[in-house]
Amino acid sequence: MSVPLLTINQVRKAFGGLVAVNDVSFEVAKGELLGLIGPNGSGKTTMLNLISGALSPTSGNILLSGQPIAGLPAHKIARIGVARTFQLVRVLPSMSSLENVVAGAVFGHNKVWGDEALTLARDLLERVGLKGREDVPVAAMTYIDQKRIELARALAGNPHILLLDEWLAGLNPSELRIGMELIREISAQGRTIIMVEHVMDAIRSLCQRCVVMNSGVKIADGKSASVLADPEVVRAYLGDEDDA
Amino acid sequence: MNIPRNEILTLGAGLAGAAVLAFLPLVTEGFWLSLSVNIMLYAAICTAWALFSGPTHLVSLASAAFFGVGTYSVAIFVDVLPFPALILIAVAAGALLAILVGLATLRLSGVYFVIFTLGLAELIGQIVTWVQTNFGGAIGLYVFTDFTETHLYWMLLALTVVVFLTGWLVNRSRLGLALRIIGNDEAVARHVGVDTARARIILFAVSGAFIAVAGAIMAPRYSYITPDAAFNPMTSFLVVIMALLGGTRRLWGPLVGVVPFTVVMDFISGHFPNQTAVIMGLAFLAIVYVLPDGVTGQLETLFRRRCSLDKSSLATTAEEGR
Repeated sequence: MSVPLLTINQVRKAFGGLVAVNDVSFEVAKGELLGLIGPNGSGKTTMLNLISGALSPTSGNILLSGQPIAGLPAHKIARIGVARTFQLVRVLPSMSSLENVVAGAVFGHNKVWGDEALTLARDLLERVGLKGREDVPVAAMTYIDQKRIELARALAGNPHILLLDEWLAGLNPSELRIGMELIREISAQGRTIIMVEHVMDAIRSLCQRCVVMNSGVKIADGKSASVLADPEVVRAYLGDEDDA
Repeated sequence: MNIPRNEILTLGAGLAGAAVLAFLPLVTEGFWLSLSVNIMLYAAICTAWALFSGPTHLVSLASAAFFGVGTYSVAIFVDVLPFPALILIAVAAGALLAILVGLATLRLSGVYFVIFTLGLAELIGQIVTWVQTNFGGAIGLYVFTDFTETHLYWMLLALTVVVFLTGWLVNRSRLGLALRIIGNDEAVARHVGVDTARARIILFAVSGAFIAVAGAIMAPRYSYITPDAAFNPMTSFLVVIMALLGGTRRLWGPLVGVVPFTVVMDFISGHFPNQTAVIMGLAFLAIVYVLPDGVTGQLETLFRRRCSLDKSSLATTAEEGR
């Protein structure tokens, strides 16, 4: 295996006495679509926050193409090439959908401006299925369309790595199918993605590989099918037989 | 850089309007000119205030601090330096103060930012008083110049034009977009790569420097400068009320509030001097309750609602036609 795109090395995050991420290590190869799963409160979102710079780790290293990014401010990490969506969708409510996507293109890893940014934003809106909706105020959009906006905004920065924090959560079955197809396409175009997700069908069908966390610790890492069958993973989700 | 046609038209109209206004002192004097100086003063300050507070939604009550710093830049050096140099000192002092405040308030938002900026004006006023009584021998400073109301009017008009041009340029720039993103969601701003601290501080400095210049220009009118007058917190409140009345979504929004408010305030303070504060307070409440987005914001919402009604009815017709 060549040099991994992202290396998480013994990363730890403690909030006072609570250790949310406990010396976790894993690597992500270029072009990989990695599922990061685990029960509620296992530290998945904290892990994403550490990678994107929303939080800085208590200890440990995070390397993007060999460059240390742990503890840098979020805007610097965004410029180096990490983009993300948020667990609770965060659009820019007073701006049009086109402007929302332009926002991702202008300051991030990409740094384009003017007509170039507008063209890029239009293309991305089309790619996420919002062609013709450029001037719609995002506050008036449905939940899945707001999620599409968020995804387009993250892609607008042309990031090395895309972090999706429960991007599929809260979608109805038909929306879920559309959403999964969209992620599959983006991944097929060569984008490296880490997705935190509770929707197991999505993990099974989209992700080759999975990392499982429980109580801040990594408990499994490997091919999705075998990881999901791992007794320890099943126990983490469903509890011991004795408990039942 | 290609500039949209309608913006060129607006720009031309604005400059033409300013050119026409420049002739005002030739046709009137006394009361009307004096009132026009007030209008021009608040037009400059409110627009400068809205440059920062409009997009970021961070309500600054530090206007009086910047204004006072500008006034004192003139009062201290008026006998030793030519007036243009004093303006430059005011620019530097205002910007420097804004940068310091900006650094101190980076992590503050909402009500904490408001209170900090309010306290700041008071603090600086008190420090100036203390310095003057302990080392200056007197509370105030004299400012004698040959300027008439006409000169003040022209200078304030020029300042207003510069503020508007700056605002227009900022809105067209990455900085303007960055500020709008910050105003919408600061966390998103950081994660799309906006250096939020830098953007906030730069624009606060620009805004503060302009308000300081306004204070510097007004110094000759007072002729005797005291901290109470220069750092009067009323300035800060008036600026916020007028800007909110007009609306801060558009560059020219505050102007819509400044003109009627200044005229009405002048009338009220002339006829009901004892009730002025009460009436102003009530006006503030009324504005916040009835027009949270200001006159321009309200009009825009109405206009948009009408447009979208038209559009949606069109859309349904199209659907039916299919």
